[in-house]
Amino acid sequence: MAAGSTIDALGQFELHPMLGGLGQSLHFSQSPVMMIVASILVLAFLYVGMRPAAVVPGRLQAAAEICYDFIYNMAVDTIGPEGRAFFPFVFTLFFFILAGNYLGLLPFSFAFTSHVAVTLALALLVFVLSVIVSLKAQGAKFFAHFMPAGAPVALAPLLVPIEILSFLSRPVSLSIRLFANMVAGHVMLEMFAAFTIMLAGLGLVGDVLAVGPVAINIALMALELLVGALQAYVFAILTCIYLREAVAH
Amino acid sequence: MGKDPDDSQESFDRRLRQAMDRQKPDRATQPKAAGGDMSDLGVVLRAGTEMVSALVVGVAIGWGLDRWLGSRPAFLILFTFLGGAAGVLNVWRLVRTIDTPGDKPGP
Repeated sequence: MAAGSTIDALGQFELHPMLGGLGQSLHFSQSPVMMIVASILVLAFLYVGMRPAAVVPGRLQAAAEICYDFIYNMAVDTIGPEGRAFFPFVFTLFFFILAGNYLGLLPFSFAFTSHVAVTLALALLVFVLSVIVSLKAQGAKFFAHFMPAGAPVALAPLLVPIEILSFLSRPVSLSIRLFANMVAGHVMLEMFAAFTIMLAGLGLVGDVLAVGPVAINIALMALELLVGALQAYVFAILTCIYLREAVAH
Repeated sequence: MGKDPDDSQESFDRRLRQAMDRQKPDRATQPKAAGGDMSDLGVVLRAGTEMVSALVVGVAIGWGLDRWLGSRPAFLILFTFLGGAAGVLNVWRLVRTIDTPGDKPGP
């Protein structure tokens, strides 16, 4: 990756066909492979965790139940009683993104959430769902939200476009936030890893100095664990907030 | 145990109520505190992108309208300003919702 004095920080996000000739013809890259791995991992965690169905849960079952409770409380507290209907959707989104973020931190792995195509698709899914739910719950009254209550009618030509732009910016901000955070984290990890290799090529002094970037990378890994969980949480809570606005008033 | 059922029943009810009271505030506050901590950090990360994304959408719409109608800079200029305003509105909405749970400021 870091050959000589160049740092190829973005090469890690390139997609390559996997699984030989079959993957070549299907354009099957690391990204869908990691998506499938993430899905299987989450499903296996829930299935294996809940299989004993014990009254007094074991460790794995307790973990699965905590995850369930966490998202369930988030959905119901944020959206309200209607949140129960959207709980499976929010749960799936949260754990898909969380698993994607964390799988990307493993060596020889790939973080599919670092591609804007993936995050924008997820964000548009949320956006379209919230629009459909809004139209279903509120009907034509939904369009009244684009005119702030109590504002003079003369300002409508200015306020309505601003409100519409604010509304349309939701999927963009939702996707860019996740994508940018993941890219930034992985670029930083790559940079400091490359520093280590470059310093190690300088002889004895370099060997000693190369410990610095390694230490920084360990701290960065901890930061990335936090960011990965936080971004999944933000994505899920914003989904809940958008759905609450769709369901309420 | 069997000597005075009324007394033991009453004492049981009292102790049960006490135990429930002990549990209640904990249950009410604990998820809120944990969630609040997480979402505080989340808000910090949200503020920047909220502002930029509205601007991006504004510029994209302005550019698209210009391309479609052939009115080169007019809509781009207009929608860049509208996008900026929408970005400020997004951040204002975000910040306003943080303050409300504590104590409600005036108007």
